[in-house]
Amino acid sequence: MNAPVLSVRDLVVDFPLRRGNFRALDGVSFDIARGEVLGVVGESGAGKSMTGSAVIGLLEPPGQITSGEVHLSGARIDTLPEEQMQHLRGKRIGMVMQDPLTSLNPLFTIGDQLVETIRQHMPLTESQALERAISLLEEAGIPDARQRINAYPHQFSGGMRQRVVIALAIAADPELVIADEPTSALDVSVQAQIIRVLKELCQRRGTAIMLITHDMGVIAQIADRIMVMNAGKVVETGPVAEIIRHPREPYTKKLIGSIPTIARSGDAPPPAPEDSAPAFVDVRGLTKDFDVGSRVISRLLRRPGNVFRAVNDVSFRIRKGETYGLVGESGSGKSTCARMIAGLIEPTAGRVVVNGMDVWSVSAAQRARSRAVQMIFQDPYASLNPRWRVGNIIAEPIRVLGLARGSEVEDRVADLLRKVRLDPVVMRKFPHEFSGGQRQRIAIARALSSQPEFIVCDEPTSALDVSVQAQVLDLMSELQSEFGLTYLLISHNLAVIRQMANDVGVLHRGVLVESGPVDAIFDHPQADYTKMLLDAVPDLAEVA
Amino acid sequence: MTDPTTEPTDPVISTPRTRWQRVRDSDIFWSYSHSPVTIIASIVALGLILAAAFAPWLAPHTPFQPATVNLMDGFTPPGGESLSGETYLLGTDDQGRDMLSTLMYGARVSLFVGFSATLFAMALGVSLGLAAGYRGGFLDSLIMRIADVQLSFPAILIALLIFGVAQGLIPAARQEQTAVWVLILAIGLSNWAQFARTVRGTTMVERQKDYVSAARLLGRHPVALAIRHVLPNVLGPVLVIATISLALAIIEEATLSFLGVGVPPTQPSLGTLIRIGQRFLFSGEWWILAFPAITLILLALSVNLLGDWLRDALNPRLRK
Amino acid sequence: MFAFVLKRLFQSVIVMLVVALIAFLIFRYVGDPIVSMAGVDTRLEDQELMRERLGLNDPFYVQFWNFLTNALRGDFGISYRLQQPVTRLILDRLPATLELAFVSATMAVVIGVLMGIFTALRSRSFLSGVVMTLSLVGVSLPTFLIGIGLIYIFAVELQWLPSNGRGATVDFGWWRTGFLTESGLRSLILPAITLSLFQMTLIMRLVRAEMMEVMRSDYIRFARARGLPDRIINFRHALKNTLVPVITITGLQLGSVIAFAIVTETVFQWPGVGSLFINSVQAVDVPVMAAYLMMVGLVFVTINLIVDILYYLVDPRLRVQGRAGGH
Repeated sequence: MNAPVLSVRDLVVDFPLRRGNFRALDGVSFDIARGEVLGVVGESGAGKSMTGSAVIGLLEPPGQITSGEVHLSGARIDTLPEEQMQHLRGKRIGMVMQDPLTSLNPLFTIGDQLVETIRQHMPLTESQALERAISLLEEAGIPDARQRINAYPHQFSGGMRQRVVIALAIAADPELVIADEPTSALDVSVQAQIIRVLKELCQRRGTAIMLITHDMGVIAQIADRIMVMNAGKVVETGPVAEIIRHPREPYTKKLIGSIPTIARSGDAPPPAPEDSAPAFVDVRGLTKDFDVGSRVISRLLRRPGNVFRAVNDVSFRIRKGETYGLVGESGSGKSTCARMIAGLIEPTAGRVVVNGMDVWSVSAAQRARSRAVQMIFQDPYASLNPRWRVGNIIAEPIRVLGLARGSEVEDRVADLLRKVRLDPVVMRKFPHEFSGGQRQRIAIARALSSQPEFIVCDEPTSALDVSVQAQVLDLMSELQSEFGLTYLLISHNLAVIRQMANDVGVLHRGVLVESGPVDAIFDHPQADYTKMLLDAVPDLAEVA
Repeated sequence: MTDPTTEPTDPVISTPRTRWQRVRDSDIFWSYSHSPVTIIASIVALGLILAAAFAPWLAPHTPFQPATVNLMDGFTPPGGESLSGETYLLGTDDQGRDMLSTLMYGARVSLFVGFSATLFAMALGVSLGLAAGYRGGFLDSLIMRIADVQLSFPAILIALLIFGVAQGLIPAARQEQTAVWVLILAIGLSNWAQFARTVRGTTMVERQKDYVSAARLLGRHPVALAIRHVLPNVLGPVLVIATISLALAIIEEATLSFLGVGVPPTQPSLGTLIRIGQRFLFSGEWWILAFPAITLILLALSVNLLGDWLRDALNPRLRK
Repeated sequence: MFAFVLKRLFQSVIVMLVVALIAFLIFRYVGDPIVSMAGVDTRLEDQELMRERLGLNDPFYVQFWNFLTNALRGDFGISYRLQQPVTRLILDRLPATLELAFVSATMAVVIGVLMGIFTALRSRSFLSGVVMTLSLVGVSLPTFLIGIGLIYIFAVELQWLPSNGRGATVDFGWWRTGFLTESGLRSLILPAITLSLFQMTLIMRLVRAEMMEVMRSDYIRFARARGLPDRIINFRHALKNTLVPVITITGLQLGSVIAFAIVTETVFQWPGVGSLFINSVQAVDVPVMAAYLMMVGLVFVTINLIVDILYYLVDPRLRVQGRAGGH
């Protein structure tokens, strides 16, 4: 057997910062064989992207390789001068970056960008390069490639752009492609296609892939081997099936254990009782139209067709103390639904009745005083006012709604912080001093402080790492049973829904295509869209 | 699954720190203490501001009371002895006024106009920008169109126009008293749009954030939301603009006074002094021009340097 | 394209109308036109007669309409101070200002953009540090002080260049140029440098900031990952993306050259419209102020229009409407 395509030995990357040196990678070693797919997995800050950047020689300053070696097909490359590294990039190592919306230059056609890359690395004429560009795009699954080669990036959807990026990465037939979170910015249904395209193109050329991702499911789908990283170090490396089924290291065990699975798990909520129980939340015929292209003239003329129906006639009910999961991809209208139900966006039509009160028939202040609904938001960095102390953030609902006065407010805040497993001392600190998971707990404490009975949770864990997600979900379950809370849980993650919800609704382009008990829908989906979604989800359980 | 793996156990901080310790640890302080240029600039700016503010107590002479000025002492060079036997550190001007004292009083007028105009522009710009960004719709379009049109005209031109109009409207007898206020109005009105545009942009971003949504769920009044929640988050950029706009206002005032449309000669600012000094450029009495010019440059440069540093220090993307 | 230009043209007309309204308000309500024209000593009956004849008693909109139509015909009345038609006064002096502004603007853009690119690409080099510090000094120096300093060095001490005026000019009847004589060109040097310095530093800092922003973007990182050489990344990719925002602000800056000429012309006693304007402000010569405002407004609106069209040509995201396809 000849030398591996990529061989990394004891790689150390340092960031000399003003508060001292930050060691981003600490003795990382691994090999990738010809045509092999190595999945690099880990939580944020584990150093997986850093490894990719170090290999291709694109560390952001002041990052630097302090020691260790990188060999490409037997030749050492980490010591090469920049000009020679340039010849290597694109030609022998290709790269796919996370966000297809920003990785293409918006001012050049995709043809321009392909041709310049091809001609940089191959002795081809303009027209030969163009032909090659077209065939690459066709291979990457872009229909009518010949016509669309002169289109600009903004004329393609996210999934299509990522196909163009893949075509660019393999344009000069490299030996290795580094794919850094290639599907994280895409919807589940598109994710699967992109992964397939990447794998097919590389397989055909015998190209090795270093696939960097936080999503174990994606790795399980295409990788041959897994490398688990944590805090700049390699935790363990091994064949996919072996690591997933028999992880050796405690960290890997925890990581895999905290991944929610789409399959029915043991500690799931009990099956819902029959419809006899009265609905605590009743959503009926919820509809929202948005004006598209706010042209003054068309609005005056009330031209139809300028209206985009984001949510179309959505109806469901939630019984007290239970969780209803609403699933959908980006653009399905699930967040709009959440905001209408919580009382933030006024519906075009339909009713939301919570505990007998029509949410939209009263003023915002009355709604707040009734304490019917609270909300937990997706991004824990944007949902807490960065200029307010944590204590004031949690106390705001108490003060505004006049639930307590004077020192009693502080007692309540301390109590709430303890409820979400935070030390009451943190009251005096600002949000930026906390991690993502801790911030989400603060957000939960704020939601609880107005003593609501119903909480709308809009993607509460999608910005969090897997293990943190597990903790937050557990906390939510505990609080639910302690206070008898009713949840509406919005998520794109089917596994999270399966774990948390009693009932589920599937939203597709604003229409509720299916609604019912979780088990029934996940095990026997009726709608085609639901089937497709469930099929597209990469699942660890499938690795056998 | 309840095992906290990567999440650090709370609380993060062991002992509460004093305010001073927190300041000393902050990124802003670090970047300040590691930028010698900024330290020097702040010392120069502070020195000039203090000298101007306390001019009536610090200045060796009171240059604008005819009784104390000796015309015989005119054109005394710096450090030289005048005809009446007095020594003037920076010399005297054509009328025998002590240059050092004149400078201190001149800087006082310049800074007063600069600060007042900036505060005025800031108050106007921030409130309009906040209203436009938070309310949106027609109010937003209206305010921003006005700001756009105004921004495309240079401030100096707008200030000149406002000044010209005011001169036409105010009776000649009162013009001398009102000149400073007209100047503040003119400079302030010519600079508000920058504040409004920045505040509006930041407000529109902040308004969309979920901390505002969370407060809206409590049924709080939009004005309370805008002031309590959004305003504190737009103040960073405002501070940067205010600093830069202070330097601009000082230069603008000097320019207007230099052009002869600013403060009256009985109450000269640095610009007026330069206008007077320019007459002696060809005749060798260089100090009458040079000292006001140097003072003005030092003032504008040090404030600009502070603004430049502040912008970098507050920019979160450059902070690492 | 046509619809886009038409829309922008429509907006320009609106802006011009607003400027005209302000000019009219100044013209009509600042000071009393009758007193200014006829003097305070005229009898009240005569004043009333003049008022009637000049249409000052007409309804507001009639007066504004007359003002507009007169302005379109190039008639802005008679200067109170110089007792000459305002249009003649401005046209006489316009070539001097335009030649000065043209030379300064060209210098500011060419040198400013080049230095901006240099300091962005070599942001860590010693020379960029020097240039950046100097640029901050440049922003802090009031234009009039730069002019005085240059006069002191090159006219008073070294006696290389003239300190004021336009030198000898060649008259074509409708245009008097200083470009064709040696003294004309020599006279142009100091004022042109003075006027361009501020804009130059501004453009330089802007180009630098934009370019450094672009260099941090994902698509530049991806271009590196594709193995493109620095030359192509810097001058093909980064530069084009930098130009998009730079065009807008540079356009606006060029417009303000005309206005900043007021100061430069005063310092160098340059016989342009700027010094005419400043003298008019001092003397509250309202017709000249109003006409100058209209003229500057027209210049700005025209530049804005050109900038918008350029922007449209450079950025395909504005040019191509709609998407060519989805997944």
